[in-house]
Formats: sequence, structure tokens, C-alpha cells
Amino acid sequence: MNKQIQHLNSAPKPLPDDWQTIVSARLMNAETMHGWLEINLDNRLHFKKSLLVVTNQRLLHIELQALDSAAQSIEFQYGANLKLNYHDHAGVGKIELFEEEKRIAYWFLTLENNTAALRFVKQFAQQITSLVTGQAISIEPTEPCPKCQFPMTADQDECPQCSRTLDAPPSTWTLFRLWRFAKPYQWQLLAGFLLMLASTAATLVPPYLTIPLMDKVLIPYQNGVPIDKGLVSLLLIGLLGSALLAWSLGWARTYILALVSERIGADLRTITYEHLLRLSLEYFGGKRTGDLMARIGSESDRICVFLSLHLLDFATDVLMIIMTAAILISINAKLALITLLPLPIIAWMIHLVRDRLRTGFEKIDRVWSQVSNVLADTIPGIRVVKAFAQENREATRFREANQQNLIVNDRINKIWSLFSPSVTLLTEIGLLLVWAFGIWQVSRNEISVGVLTAFLAYISRFYTRLDSMSRIVSVTQKAASGAKRIFDILDHVSSVPEATNPVHLEKVTGKIEITNAGFRYGNRTVIKSINLTIQPGEMIGLVGHSGSGKSTLVNLMCRFYDVSSGSISLDGVNIRSLPISEYRRNIGLVLQDPFLFFGSIADNIAYGKPDASRAEIVAAARAAHAHEFILRLPHGYDSLVGERGHGLSGGERQRISIARALLIDPHILILDEATASVDTETEKEIQKALDNLVQGRTTIAIAHRLSTLHKANRLVVLDQGEVVEIGSHDELMAKEGAYYRLYQAQARNVDTDLDDLSSEDGIASKEMNTSS
Amino acid sequence: MKQTFEDFKLIRNPAGQLQLTTRSNEVHNGVYPVRAFPISATDEGLSLMSREGHELAWINQLSELPEEIRALVAEELTQREFMPEIHRIIHVSSFATPSTWQLMTNRGEATLTLKSEDHIRRLTHTSLLISDSHGIDFLIPEIDKLDKPSRKLLDRFL
Repeated sequence: MNKQIQHLNSAPKPLPDDWQTIVSARLMNAETMHGWLEINLDNRLHFKKSLLVVTNQRLLHIELQALDSAAQSIEFQYGANLKLNYHDHAGVGKIELFEEEKRIAYWFLTLENNTAALRFVKQFAQQITSLVTGQAISIEPTEPCPKCQFPMTADQDECPQCSRTLDAPPSTWTLFRLWRFAKPYQWQLLAGFLLMLASTAATLVPPYLTIPLMDKVLIPYQNGVPIDKGLVSLLLIGLLGSALLAWSLGWARTYILALVSERIGADLRTITYEHLLRLSLEYFGGKRTGDLMARIGSESDRICVFLSLHLLDFATDVLMIIMTAAILISINAKLALITLLPLPIIAWMIHLVRDRLRTGFEKIDRVWSQVSNVLADTIPGIRVVKAFAQENREATRFREANQQNLIVNDRINKIWSLFSPSVTLLTEIGLLLVWAFGIWQVSRNEISVGVLTAFLAYISRFYTRLDSMSRIVSVTQKAASGAKRIFDILDHVSSVPEATNPVHLEKVTGKIEITNAGFRYGNRTVIKSINLTIQPGEMIGLVGHSGSGKSTLVNLMCRFYDVSSGSISLDGVNIRSLPISEYRRNIGLVLQDPFLFFGSIADNIAYGKPDASRAEIVAAARAAHAHEFILRLPHGYDSLVGERGHGLSGGERQRISIARALLIDPHILILDEATASVDTETEKEIQKALDNLVQGRTTIAIAHRLSTLHKANRLVVLDQGEVVEIGSHDELMAKEGAYYRLYQAQARNVDTDLDDLSSEDGIASKEMNTSS
Repeated sequence: MKQTFEDFKLIRNPAGQLQLTTRSNEVHNGVYPVRAFPISATDEGLSLMSREGHELAWINQLSELPEEIRALVAEELTQREFMPEIHRIIHVSSFATPSTWQLMTNRGEATLTLKSEDHIRRLTHTSLLISDSHGIDFLIPEIDKLDKPSRKLLDRFL
């Protein structure tokens, strides 16, 4: 039976209301319900709800008939030879009821109910045990969430901490979340805002000055009154002065706010990247490099431009509209009302187009990241592309992605291009209205010609601003979808969470205990239930076919992933309760395909310990048998190596990565196929280096060449995520079991299973390269 | 090693598992069928695997099997394969992920929780595979065959 269940609690939780009456109608006297499980699939795997109930006397399966909703039930009386089995495959769990070896019933359910199913199977087993032994059932205390150690109550199927990811949907409001990044600059922002107020006010002075210019100077002059030169020069100076004031204030405002927005953008980028680095390998496994790069690079830039340019303009415009409206109303309320009439219509139009544009822009974003994904896929694999002469096919793929981009853009441009001219048309109609109504009012002597010209001067500005304001719709949507994609990263809680109350280990001895560890990747169970205790200083060899779970087990030990059930502890402390970086500092990792960063060899060796002295680096290189070949390079330890260590052979890079692991002097050493990709001669060289490395450390080595594990104290043979054999080479050979067969196959050199897929056995061996 | 259907016997044992007996009278319990191309060519290429995950027999076409074996294999397949086909999208809780979808599938009404748009995989130009948060894969074999409201909803995620 599945071992996971012992971590779950057994107190029954209340039935959902719709089952309540149906179940209670079926219970007999003195019969009590001890547990239930909602089954959501029928035997043909169609979605259909039914219910399993454990009582103190029997197991009941209740099914609702579709039409008359009369429930049908089948019962199974308890007997000592009854057993429930639960296992899952491809996202579907299967519960089977056995009587001795005979299967008498089975049910299917989706893994949504996985936890409940495990609990149910356990409740059933308790009933059977109590029937056999005659003892009452003891109820265990509630256990914390097996994933994150968050305390759970008895009736919780899902840990609230882990399932928190289901959030409210983001919208334009997402942009307001940027406030978190703007807060440090609030005083600068306030200054910028005040400057904006002042500069906008300054730009509104000139049209006001046209009133006296018209009414006191020009019109009296037409009626024969000579021009008052003093008044004219005063007014003209006023015009110039206000223009100069508006210019200088506008400059200060734009400068301060651009400065702030650039800083906000930079903060956004660094914080997002820092957060990204802390996410677990699981996240990186599901994401594509091009997409992540686009999010951190161009999206944050887009937000920055939005803040410094578009939002600023928009705020200025809004201020201007408010101020203009106030001035117009103070001059003449009636005309002002007519002038402002088109405003709500335009606002309504903006709102109308807004939704369509937003979805369009989100689409453009996604298509755009598809384009960059094609690049990110192809360029690293360029050798394969060229080797198979598939340049044309890749070019076609890129062209197709680009074509998709064009189609989506064309579609949105159709709406967008209609939008701006419509706003302009409305503007013209608005002007016409003001002219007509103004002339009528002038003819009735309600206003002077000066007032009308001032109005026209105001609103022609005002409407042109409305036109540019309408652009805010699209840029806001763009920025909002950009912000959403960034917050997607920021909101992602690492599936390998930091402990809330971390425990610090003073001195690490390197004893590792793996208890009932299970791991599920997607809907595939990779590790079933592994128990293993590794003593300090012991060397363990992990052996098994490809896909037997060796690399996954190592990934779990490194805490690149967290176990789905059970636990792994170091020196008796669950590794979940240790601070992650402190824990990993104790682990030296040597991978099959070592990753070298761009930089010198010395930098690469000192990657895990940047403050290492040169002497230490050289000592580590010596121990790793890398010293001599490094000296043969033209620049010695200062030689530059590229992304994948171009210019160095596989064995040389491997020895550099061994030196890297040696330098941090780890208590635990993990060798994941460290010698798999090199020839026998180099392997010997590396083996010597490894022998230095292994001394006095707890070592876990994966190797598909069994001969490289001759130093191991114990060999652990894995198969399909389970431990099948443990023992020394000699013991296992004597046993003539799984190891014996592997060894024989290799000795005869006919084995294909082990060699052919050696690099694919962990689900994450690819990603692990980046984390060495 | 590989056998064709003339070479083995297949029955269902009392434990409810498929039991395969080879010509040399080796008995394998817990045999299960898998399709080699579950999406692109459902009926072409099936393999009978042992519980340990080794291939015992290869079947080119399901239809070439004798009737009683075919029925057993087909029955086992219906209980192992779970990839509901989406016929209609009734409702989505939000256009931003995570989003919960109400669906009508070929296996009845279902809900799907989409964790992020990345979980929608384009298989070909017209077919999509959507993985929900519990690891169930939902298939849309032909986008064009969905009704218009469903297509519209789906479009927001593509």
C-alpha cells in the first residue's frame, strides 16, 4: 500500500450538503460514517460523481442515477482479507478493492482528490485493522502540509500555503502595484507633481491674455480708438513671461520625473531578476529562455517609458482639462457647457475601444515572445541545425512566427487606425459647435468677441490634447500587460520555499536520511517510496537503468525540488527547515556536462567561493589534476573560457568543475555521471581527481559505467523509482539479482539499456547544468 | 524478442490485471497496453508492456488483433488513457492566469485550472494540448470545430 498515507490525518470531515441526506438514509442503526471520498470518474473515465463511504461496518459506493436522481449503492462488508489499493497513472488515480488476490471492485478519480484518496485508503485500512485486532482506532494528530510544512487542519485537502497561487485576475489595476517600486521615490514624485501643476497653470495664461488684447485693443481700434501702446506691451510681455515660465517649469518637471521613472524601471528589473534566480528548477523547466529574457528586458523598459512619457503627459493633460474647464466656466458658464459637450462622447469612445485593444496587445506580446523563442531555440542548437542542413526549415519557422506577428498586428491596427481619425472628427465637430453657439451669443451681446477668441484658443489646445490623451489607452494597456507579465514572475512563489523558522546547523557531519521519499513530476510518479540512510563519510553508488530515478533522487537531495511525500534530512534535521543557500553550501556538485561561465578559469574555479585566494585556487586545481593543462594554456589561470568552455575538451572542463567543487570543501559530494562524457584515458585522469575529492566526504555517485564505482561502500540499485537492492559490489554479485544482471551485461559489453539513454534519466538533468 | 499476436495469449486474471503468456509459456501479470502515438495516430502502433516497463509485444494496428484480445486491450486502454477532448468552453473565470475553465468534454462536464498560458501547447496548427494544474491533459483536436463563443474565449489565451 502507498506509504504516503501515514502523513495524512484521519479525522473525518463533514460531507458536502448534497450527499448528506443520501448517505444518512443508507446508514443503518449503530452505523457511523468514518470517512468518505468523492469519486469523479466512472469506469470508462467519464466525468461522473459518486461517493465512497467508510463506516464502522462496511464500505459503501453510492451512485446517483442521472434522470430520477435516485441513488444506487453497492456495499462491501468488512472482512480481514479485504484490502484497498491506490495508485495513479497519467493524472488518474485508481482505487482497487481486493479480496485476497481477487479484485472485486475498482474506482477512478482525478488527482485533484489525491490527498483525500490517500486519506480514505488509510481510513479503510484502520477499519480493517480494528476489525482484526478488535482495538479501537486511534486518531493521529494533524500533520503539517507534506509540501511546505505549513500547519493544516484536519479537513483541509490542500495546504492553504501551497494553493494560494489562485489569485484575483489582474487588469489595468496591475499598474497600481508598481507603487511598491515607486514608494522609495515618493518625495521626488511629489516635487514632480507640484512642478507639473505649476507648469500646466503657466501654459494656460496666454489664451487668457487674448481677452483684453481683443476686447481692449483690437476691437476698439477697429471702432476708431487708437492703440494703447503701454497696455499692448504689458500684455505682450505677459505672454512672453508666461511662455518662459511654462518652459522652465516644464523642463524641471520632465527631468525629475524621467529620472525617477528610470530608477523605478531599474529597480523593477533587478528585483524581478533576483526573484527569478530564487525560483526552483521546476519553474525554469517549464519556461523558455527567450520569454523570460523578454519579460525582464523589454517589458520593464516598456513600463519605464510608460511612466516617464505617457503617464506624465496624460497627467498633465488631465490637469489641463480640469484647469481649462474651471477657467472656461468662470468666464462664461453657458458657452463652457457647450464646449465641454463632446468630452463625455470621446471618453465613451475611448472606453469602447479599450477592451479590444487590450486583448490585442496581449496577443501581440505573446506572439512576440514566440518570435524570440524561435531564436532562443535555434541559436544554441546551431550545430545540430547545420549538421542536418535544416537552415531552410528554421528560416521557415521564423518566417511563420513573424507572419503570425504580422497577422495579429494587422488585426489590431484595423481598430487602432480607425480610432485616431474618429477622435479628430469629433474635435472638429466640437469646434464647430463652439463657433456656432459663440456667434449666436455674441450676436445677443452675451459675450464679447474677446471671450469667444479666448474660448477658441483654449479648446483648440484642449481638443488636441484629447486626441493625444486617447493614445493613453493603448500605452496603458501595453504597460499593464507588461506589468502583468512581470508580476507573474514576482508573484510566483518558489516551489522550494524557505523555511519560516530556519534551523542552523553548527557543524555538519554529512549524515543523510531519506525516509519514504516520493516525488511526482507533473502526472508522472518518478520516485515511489525510497528509504535510505547514508552515514557520514560513506560513498554511495546509485545504479540503475535510465529513468530509474537516480538523477531525480540527487535533485531531491540538492533540494532543487522538494519531495512530494516523505522527507530528507541532514544530520537529523529536515532539509526543508534549513536555509536553502546554507544547505547547498554543504554540497559539491559535479555534473556530466559541466557549465563554465564566461570569465577566466580562475573565476570559474572560484565560482562557489569568490573570495578564495590564488593559492587556494591553485591547490584545488592541482587536486583536480587540472593544474598542468591550465598552465599549458597561453594565459594560464587567466585564460578566458566561454559559455560552454569553448576551446577546452570535455575532460578539461570536467576537471575544472571538479576543482570548483573541491574549493568549497563540501561535506556532501554529488557526482552525477561525472565521467560519462569522456574517453577512458581522460576518465582515468578524472577518476584520480575524484579520488582526491571523495576522501572524508559523504559521496553520492551516479555512474552508468559500474567500474567507476569500485570505491563505493554501498551500491544502491534503483528501478522505476524504487530501491531494489542495497549492498557492496561483492554482496550484490553474490546475490545474483538486478545488479548482477547489470554488471554481467556491461562486462559482456552488450548492454544497450544503460548506455543508450544515459543522459536522459533525470527529468531535470538538462536544467541542472546551470546550477553547478 | 518482439512478438506478434499469434505468439501470445492474453487474458484478464482474477486480480483484474492483464495476463500475457508467451509462446515459451512465460507468464506476465500486470501487462498494460500503450499507444506509441497517442495523439497523432491513435490506432497505429500499440505495445504491450510488462509491469517492469519492457516491451513484450508490438501491435501494428489494433484492428489486426483477434476479437477477444482486441476487446481486452481496448478495455484496458479506456481505463488507462485519460485525455478528455474539449468540445465546448462554457465559462472561464478570468482571462489572466490562473484561470478556472468550465468545460464540456467528450467525457462529460469538467473543470480545468490553467496555471499559466505556458500550459497550453500547440501540437499542430489546429490542435492544442492544455495541461491543468492537477496534471490532466485536455485535448482540443481541431480549434475550428469549437463553437464561436468557445473559440473567442480560447483566443484570449493564445
